[in-house]
Amino acid sequence: MNWQAVKAIYIFEMARFFRTLMQSFISPVISTSLYFVVFGAAIGSRIEEVEGVSYGAFIVPGLIMLSVITQAISNASFGIYFPKFIGTIYELLSAPINFLEIVMGYVGAAATKAMFIGLVILGTAALFVDLSIQHPIAMLAFMVLTCLSLSLFGFIIGIWAGNFEQLQLVPLLIVTPLVFLGGSFYSISMLPEGWQTVALFNPVVYLISGFRWAFFGMADVPIGLSLLAIAVFTGLCLGAIWWIFKSGWKIRN
Amino acid sequence: MAAIVEIEDVKKVYDGGFAALKGVTLNIEEGEILALLGPNGAGKTTLISTICGISRPSSGAIRVGGHDTVSDFRAARSLVGLVPQEVNLEPFETVWRTVRFSRGLFGKPKDDTLIEKILRQLSLWDKKDTAIRALSGGMKRRVLIAKALSHEPRVLFLDEPTAGVDVELRRDMWEIVAGLKADGVTIILTTHYIEEAEAIADRVGVINNGKLLLVEDKDALMTRMGQKQLRIDLQDRIATVPPALHGFDLELAEDGGSLIYRYDTRADRTGIAKLMAAMSEEGLVLRDLQTSQNSLEDIFVGLVHEPEAAA
Ligand SMILES: Nc1ncnc2c1ncn2[C@@H]1O[C@H](COP(=O)(O)OP(=O)(O)OP(=O)(O)O)[C@@H](O)[C@H]1O
Ligand SMILES: [Mg+2]
Repeated sequence: MNWQAVKAIYIFEMARFFRTLMQSFISPVISTSLYFVVFGAAIGSRIEEVEGVSYGAFIVPGLIMLSVITQAISNASFGIYFPKFIGTIYELLSAPINFLEIVMGYVGAAATKAMFIGLVILGTAALFVDLSIQHPIAMLAFMVLTCLSLSLFGFIIGIWAGNFEQLQLVPLLIVTPLVFLGGSFYSISMLPEGWQTVALFNPVVYLISGFRWAFFGMADVPIGLSLLAIAVFTGLCLGAIWWIFKSGWKIRN
Repeated sequence: MAAIVEIEDVKKVYDGGFAALKGVTLNIEEGEILALLGPNGAGKTTLISTICGISRPSSGAIRVGGHDTVSDFRAARSLVGLVPQEVNLEPFETVWRTVRFSRGLFGKPKDDTLIEKILRQLSLWDKKDTAIRALSGGMKRRVLIAKALSHEPRVLFLDEPTAGVDVELRRDMWEIVAGLKADGVTIILTTHYIEEAEAIADRVGVINNGKLLLVEDKDALMTRMGQKQLRIDLQDRIATVPPALHGFDLELAEDGGSLIYRYDTRADRTGIAKLMAAMSEEGLVLRDLQTSQNSLEDIFVGLVHEPEAAA
């Protein structure tokens, strides 16, 4: 295992993040505040409570997930797409490292950034609503797992993408709708019965449900199922990345 | 001397079906400087990329320091440094970070003293905290070299290191290469300049159309390449070369309107002064003079048409 290389990649990637720390910090704060104004104040005045939790607090896990998922994907996809785009990937390909080390460096950095954003949002949300977290450790663990698995997914998109449009395409066309339809702002049980069944095919439902359980002790789907869903998703992504490096797809001719 | 890089019948067919390497076999000796010459599209970069792991050989085998570059890639690649032809660098990073990153990537522990030494050697020390995008083209090229040297390679590939580089930097580069050779580093460089191969290489390889046409000791090759022609246009045509000039390698051209003199640029005396003296004694009046060297292209054409060299 070439740990020096993992460390080098991780530090190099994090440097990009620190260069734009203010942006990284301010934009989630502002967008979270806006969500609270729009959803919390406007809708919250009509929906008082969801399953015994005030609507303002109820949407916090969904809000965090929404940002963490998009950030993890965009950070990780950009992180590996950029060296491909500017040509510096030659160095990764000629270095004595294997795919696992490359992935650990890039995905680790992308997940760290997403985690940071998630915590900033959590802090901002605490300013707007009273939050009591029932299972704080499980909450953090869930957040870490989500950051990691979605960063893996983003990494694949970054390798696949041939241009900047494609880099945006998957997050925009698939991920954002799935997150919005995944119960970020409502409980699945509020949907008509037919749609509840459809929702169970949305992987994001499992993430948000599990995360919400860590906050309020209630979930749309059993927590074990949520964990299983993350594990399967992570396994699929890792398998895909292993295959990508083995075959050289899109990176090594 | 033992071969540090062994290339055995390597073929490379790109995805589109284009055969860029058509069976290259070459042993590179430890400690030597090998210059690879060849026209655009010959396959020089492809060969280097295939050795370094950027592309995979379609068939054949490559070993570096005895380690197969595919099955034992870690051991093989950790011996190799690469300075690519294209200037590919992260624009927003500083020189220092970029170079340090390379060392880490190759699994070497942090060594700031070494990196400082390399940057000073390449006259980059005062630019160490400058972002790459604020460097000139020649400086960027030096950063690429610093990156490759940062992990102390035993074999260094320089893909056209002096393309688009000013005369002074080219001299510096040659000096650096000489210094590395003195440290025992094996160096393979590609170039389009014969003078460059002449100045620093021990052996010269010529590659064209994905085939290695020859690998030869530099001195032997340079004798063949070093021929120069002097064309002397005369005021009045002459029918034959005057007997007084028979001692010179002369040829009559342009219906007697000019003389072609062949000489070796590396000979102690070119004989030009003597020829001029002899001509004025003969009363031949010059209208114009022109010299031309065997160009690399001429030599390629020559090589391709020489059946024994191509075989
Ligand atoms: N990724 C690729 N896919 C398909 N063909 C390629 C690829 N890279 C190079 N080639 C082709 O392979 C041939 C050899 O290219 P290569 O870059 O090795 O030449 P070169 O000798 O380095 O030339 P130059 O002096 O211009 O740098 C060229 O015909 C080129 O078009
Ligand atoms: Mg080239």
